[in-house]
Amino acid sequence: MNVLSVEHLSHSFGSRRVLDEVSFSVPEGGMCILLGRNGAGKTTLFSLVTGLYHARAGSVLVLGHAMKASPSTALAQMGVVFQQLTLDLDLTAGENLRYHAALHGLSKALSKERSIEELSRLEVADRIDDPVRALSGGQRRRVEIARALMHDPRLLLLDEPTTGLDVPGRRALERHVRELCRERGIAVLWATHFLEELTADDDVVVLHRGTVRWAGRADRLAADLGVASTAEAFALLTGAE
Amino acid sequence: MKTSHAVRALNGILRREMLRTLRQRGRLLSAMVRPLVWLAIFAAGFRSVLGLSITPPYQTYVLYEVYVVPGLAAMMLLFHAMASSLAIVYDREMGSMRLLLTAPLPRWYLLAARLLASVIVVMPLVYLFLVIARYWDVRPPALGYVAAFPALLLSGLMLGAFGLLVSSVSTQMENFAGVMNFVIFPMFFASTALYPLWRLAEAGPVLATIAAWNPFSSAVELIRFALYLRFDAASAFVVFICLLAFFLAAVVGYDPGRGLWSRRPGS
Repeated sequence: MNVLSVEHLSHSFGSRRVLDEVSFSVPEGGMCILLGRNGAGKTTLFSLVTGLYHARAGSVLVLGHAMKASPSTALAQMGVVFQQLTLDLDLTAGENLRYHAALHGLSKALSKERSIEELSRLEVADRIDDPVRALSGGQRRRVEIARALMHDPRLLLLDEPTTGLDVPGRRALERHVRELCRERGIAVLWATHFLEELTADDDVVVLHRGTVRWAGRADRLAADLGVASTAEAFALLTGAE
Repeated sequence: MKTSHAVRALNGILRREMLRTLRQRGRLLSAMVRPLVWLAIFAAGFRSVLGLSITPPYQTYVLYEVYVVPGLAAMMLLFHAMASSLAIVYDREMGSMRLLLTAPLPRWYLLAARLLASVIVVMPLVYLFLVIARYWDVRPPALGYVAAFPALLLSGLMLGAFGLLVSSVSTQMENFAGVMNFVIFPMFFASTALYPLWRLAEAGPVLATIAAWNPFSSAVELIRFALYLRFDAASAFVVFICLLAFFLAAVVGYDPGRGLWSRRPGS
């Protein structure tokens, strides 16, 4: 069953077309990597998938609910980690999580319980009462992921979540998210331009200049293009050096 | 939209606004200092050069300080509305506005909740200013403070809705600084906050007409009359209609299908 279906999505800013007929889907428990260079259209795609604004054409379905027709139902199933930090620096980690929980209609008791649970899972529970301003980049990202999971979503969207993190931080974040897919059956859409974040059994969508250049399992990418490595295949698809 | 969900979200937004306000002490302090400087220095200076005839709701000659206090209370609401609007533009650039707008509630409700929360947090400051103003012999009747609450709330919501509208069409904080200059100062000075309408008419009919049509003047008069236990129906009507118009326009501005967000890259 597909948790997220993006169908023939097109968008333009004025006369500039930034997405053109983009289609892909993410199944339950699946990890889909949206791979593209900077400016490929990943962030615009995230804005459309999260309903920040509507596409000029095409549709976004979350568990069968169209984002245009039933945005609240679709958004209730979705946890989002945006590329830019969206935590409130003046609030503590716990206060940020409880704010998010309130926006999703969770009761105070449940909100408190979930915030401890999610922060513990991401190994930052000891920082619950610290202002976000005092946390490191990696800890902030983990708090953001914990926050996105507060309302127990079926779909997790992460827009370049490892930006600004060191290598161990990136690895740890990747590990946590993959565990979420396995253990909780959450569907994940992970946008990145780092090839090293792919594993062989991930679903990959290569986006370049607003169009899907290739989609399939990561271990098929190089073979399909007749090159020796994933990096070569990506360079071929996107014209990268 | 479930009622319990809507109430919890409103509580959450209100709580966040209160925590942010309390932790930004510099902003709190400047919000208090600004009207006090006007009252203590500007009003004292003008007192000697600006004669005031008997102007409703006052039933006798009043000190200039007495005249200017309702306008300064409205100024606090105006500055707060614009600061909140700036915070929205900042939140949008920094991303945290996205969090609010991706909550599973109708967008108009989220914007209304944020607007209401923003106005509620400034109310204690306005009342603190009104109490401090007693030191300058600005002493409306005790019940006037109670009667002023709905007037302050309605005016705060109208100005906040205007700020929300400004934030919906302002894509960058740099642009917003210009908007502040083009909005706050004309709105404040071309109003009845500092001078009565008849005084402005003496200066020029154009300025008087602008001030008469300026919704900020209506907010000021609504507060002024309420403080002295009178109801200015015409001002209340203008403020209410402007609140509706600004809010509806802001909702369109933030609409995912029609708003400016969807037309500009990097939003």
